[in-house]
Amino acid sequence: MRYALLINELPDAYAGLDDAQLAAITAEYVAIRRDERVLSGERLRPASTATTLRAGGLLTDGPFADTKEVFGGFFLVEAPDLDSALELAARMPAVRLGGSVEIRPLVEL
Amino acid sequence: MTGSVPDRVEETFRAEWSRVVAALVGFCGDLHVAEDAAQEAFAAAARRWPVDGVPDVPRAWLITTARNGAVDLLRRERRHTEKLRALEPPPPEAEDVSDIDDRLELVFLCCHPALAPEARVALTLRAVGGLTTAEIARAFLVSEDTMKRRLTRARTKIRDAGIPFRVPDEALLPERLDTVLAVLYLIFNQGWGDGRADLAAEAIRLVALLDGLLPAQPRVTALHALMLLHDSRRAARMRNGMLVPLAEQDRDRWDSAQLAAGRALLDRAIARGARDPYTLQAAIAELQTEDPVDWVEVRRLYDALLAATGSAVVALNRAVAVAETGGPAAALAIVDGLELGDYRYLHSTRAELLRRLGDRDGARAAYDRALALATTGPERRFLEHRRAGL
Repeated sequence: MRYALLINELPDAYAGLDDAQLAAITAEYVAIRRDERVLSGERLRPASTATTLRAGGLLTDGPFADTKEVFGGFFLVEAPDLDSALELAARMPAVRLGGSVEIRPLVEL
Repeated sequence: MTGSVPDRVEETFRAEWSRVVAALVGFCGDLHVAEDAAQEAFAAAARRWPVDGVPDVPRAWLITTARNGAVDLLRRERRHTEKLRALEPPPPEAEDVSDIDDRLELVFLCCHPALAPEARVALTLRAVGGLTTAEIARAFLVSEDTMKRRLTRARTKIRDAGIPFRVPDEALLPERLDTVLAVLYLIFNQGWGDGRADLAAEAIRLVALLDGLLPAQPRVTALHALMLLHDSRRAARMRNGMLVPLAEQDRDRWDSAQLAAGRALLDRAIARGARDPYTLQAAIAELQTEDPVDWVEVRRLYDALLAATGSAVVALNRAVAVAETGGPAAALAIVDGLELGDYRYLHSTRAELLRRLGDRDGARAAYDRALALATTGPERRFLEHRRAGL
């Protein structure tokens, strides 16, 4: 089955981390990206760079929802079952840093 | 072979339902189809066994019948064509389907933590326990429609989210087993709280099944012991529709066989190294069936249970043991420091402690508060009786 692992982070998750710590976190994500179950993965620029469009052509500076967590990136994975996808999700540094990972199966046509 | 054929069908249903459902999930990979096919197979048994006679191996007959039914069901739903291709050709007749035992996989499927807690309970009672949707709805005081939707949503999530039909590997097993045991204990407590013997009996049946399937897990044995020790006091727990506290129960009405079985299981769990919260609770329940109760030891076990769980409810129960060993004033100080707000047993315990301390006004106020929160008739009558006796 294919799953999207949607990574949500606390806005200030990386505040106060030094370069070495940031590099270590990046390395963890790179290692996950190299897992054979991972089809693709992308990291988003910060929410402060977002532009949101609503009906009537209304544009807003920033993300759609003003929530505690912000969507920060995703992986698309091919895993035999939910437990396998969960095992990958549990390795995401975002979880340890107070964020969360939402696991959503993809519609197969 | 004894009993009428309808009795045999009923007996077989009780004994084989979970095994047939589990075998069918293993066969077709879909809980919904498996349950429907199993139900249809038992319905066919009820029609045909009185005419054709009971088959030599009822389980094999049921699984084979249900498998054929599942293939028919899937054939009717076009979107399952891919699954169907995987199922055909039908399994060779030589295979002994009565050897299939996927019940453990079924239990872990129904209790998967990705399902909502109330859905785990409902699915377990349905797929493993064989209760009808209407029976489960009644037990949890919701409408049959609500329960039906809850079950359907859970089965759909299992299918669409790819929840595995598998016993978790060694690394995952401890936490997944926690979830399973919590589901079983919740079913038991739902039956215990309002005196529904059927649900408690079902929980005991399920934990006994799990205990047999997971012999290397003494925690399961401990929960089994805990349920039997509590349940052995069922008949004495109620008198004239009123709850009877442990100390005032007629011990002649305790089920001595069940008590002995519970004690033996507890001994076995402890001998195999179990020291988890279920073991501690079972040990406490066991001590409380002795005469006189060794309150010092009960308190010691509550200390350990509190350290293991950090639960305010455990702290409240521990206060009762403190009252017996250190007096009601010390217990009251503990109870008043707990943040349990509207938990009804907080107020009934406070009332009892204040009564013992001779504070009649304080006790009356606490009984009133407990009465306002009481949910069952027997509990209310007990509290009213106590308040009237001040």
